Amino acid sequence: MAPTVGVVQFPGTNCEFDVVEAVASLGAESVILWHQEADLGGADAVVVPGGFAHGDYLRPGAIARFSPVMESVAAFAAQGRPVVGICNGFQVLTEAGLLPGALQKNAGLKFRCGMTELRVESVDSPLTSRLAVGDVVRIPINHFEGNYTCSDEDLARLRDEDRIVFTYVDNPNGSMGDIAGICNAARNVVGLMPHPERACHDLLGSTDGRLLLGSFLDVA
Amino acid sequence: MGRTRVTGPVSPVAGRLWQSEPMTFSVQVDVQLRAGVADPQGSTIERSLPALGFEGVSDVRVGKSVRFAIDAADQAAAEATVDQLCQRFLTNPVIEDAQITIEPAS
Repeated sequence: MAPTVGVVQFPGTNCEFDVVEAVASLGAESVILWHQEADLGGADAVVVPGGFAHGDYLRPGAIARFSPVMESVAAFAAQGRPVVGICNGFQVLTEAGLLPGALQKNAGLKFRCGMTELRVESVDSPLTSRLAVGDVVRIPINHFEGNYTCSDEDLARLRDEDRIVFTYVDNPNGSMGDIAGICNAARNVVGLMPHPERACHDLLGSTDGRLLLGSFLDVA
Repeated sequence: MGRTRVTGPVSPVAGRLWQSEPMTFSVQVDVQLRAGVADPQGSTIERSLPALGFEGVSDVRVGKSVRFAIDAADQAAAEATVDQLCQRFLTNPVIEDAQITIEPAS
């Protein structure tokens, strides 16, 4: 049976239907999870998509993390089920403590929007099982606060535990260690700033996102 | 927090003696990036100043200020609550610090 992907929707989320579309093109189903509902609708995997949850007020993800749906997402993640946060979703997952570190304003205060090349650093994650270490995938970014920052200890731990999933070939935002995506210690929760759902069709200039989301559906 | 409802014939004066009224405090929280955390806004402002004719300005750091009023039994209780509120919500302890000022509301 095709897996069902739960796609979280906060007020201000704007990439949820891109994810639904991409997932559908890969043969899976989706269910939108309104942030006020704690029920995950029987989802086999959860995506926290991009946008500006709660207007990014205070800090991106700061208010979203208190939504009822996030408690359920945390419990789902604690069971080892696959969760991915994309862009604003990555920010939400760091604020919720499901991933270490924080995402700051881009170096140079530039809003960055364009295609980026990502190097696959680890294949032991729900987004990279169809890839090989060293592969370069083309996935677009679209963010103002994607500058990954963490303590030196956390950075050392991410490196030692092979938890850096993607790095930028050409760092667009000042992220420490060129980090574009990381996973948690249990390796079932991934956050990344680039948007794989926007690289799933030839018309969009890249279909590499299908490898990432396809990997995700494999473990859903 | 609701006040405990007192039943029975207790004089208002006696009731007030053992049950303190909550006080209102005004709070100012100054959120700053931790020392050592790069501040893209601060450095962009700093770099633009010479072009505007302002020389000799350094160490520009941008933060935010949050003000609110809070009811609490006393100053210590207000401080404890505000501390929690800052840790859990107003700051991201990974990159930010807060300076808290609390005083009885006038």
